Amino acid sequence: MSKIKFGVVVFPGSNCDHDAQFAAGSIMKQDARFIWHKESSLGDVDVVIVPGGFSYGDYLRCGAIARFSPIMKNVVRFAEGGGVVIGICNGFQILTEAGLLPGALLRNESLQFVCKDVFLRVESAETKFTGVCRQGEILRIPIAHGDGNYFAEPEVLDRLEGEGRIAFRYATPDGEITPEANPNGSSRNIAGIVNERGNVLGMMPHPERACDPLLGNTDGQKFFQSVVESFTVHEFVNNLS
Amino acid sequence: MFHAKITVTLRSSILDPQGKAIEQGIHSMGYSAISRVRIGKHIEFDVQTDDRKEAERMIREACEKLLSNPIMEDFTFNLEPVKQSAHV
Repeated sequence: MSKIKFGVVVFPGSNCDHDAQFAAGSIMKQDARFIWHKESSLGDVDVVIVPGGFSYGDYLRCGAIARFSPIMKNVVRFAEGGGVVIGICNGFQILTEAGLLPGALLRNESLQFVCKDVFLRVESAETKFTGVCRQGEILRIPIAHGDGNYFAEPEVLDRLEGEGRIAFRYATPDGEITPEANPNGSSRNIAGIVNERGNVLGMMPHPERACDPLLGNTDGQKFFQSVVESFTVHEFVNNLS
Repeated sequence: MFHAKITVTLRSSILDPQGKAIEQGIHSMGYSAISRVRIGKHIEFDVQTDDRKEAERMIREACEKLLSNPIMEDFTFNLEPVKQSAHV
């Protein structure tokens, strides 16, 4: 199977771009390159990662200014054409600002920046981003954010739930969804969602920081493995027809 | 020319933890009469046009697309005419 080509968008202030590129490239053994935000094209990529960090210093609102960077027009077009787009942390904020995902990320309820490992329950193993996980599987993944409090109107939340578009929820190590397991006040403990078509995902936790065995936690590999395998299945189906 | 003053606040239905924290501080000062504290952003700029309608249109678009996020925030603005100093 040919390698999957990941493109990691770099804004001024991105700081998880190298981790994402390392996870996709060196750990998952796929192609992974950087795309500067001023580039006029995404180039030949299969997956776009909008990484974490503090694009434009989080001025005005997290992700508000990055959304107007030249490359974002191409990211939106790529997503609308069915391309796989992943927004992690600040990337999630940028994708909501760009209108690719519903809702918004508010200041953490505690007003504290929270940096720690959390437990995520896989709510849907049917997505391109969770395909190698079991339904209800628990992953230990780090978070590091001050504005990760997912907010959407109740009818939007109902729709996300009804359509199986909640990928991850914050949970206890045993998989219970409790207020105590919610690190930032997110509505219904939501940690990650996908768009209607299922090709765009946003999540606050950082799977790219939990891939290298040297760091003692490789739960994040399942995320990247799922993305890679979603293409294999696609290729397989295409070969049949 | 106009000078615009814009206020962006969290929508009233959204919990404002910063406002809550400030309210506790005010109550610690002994002012229990003060309540419903909300925090927001204040943005100012000049608009180079003499057409008030055109200025309002620009500000509204800037507020809706960039300065506020309609999912979580409301905005209000105030527009004052500015006399430009005469250049010789």
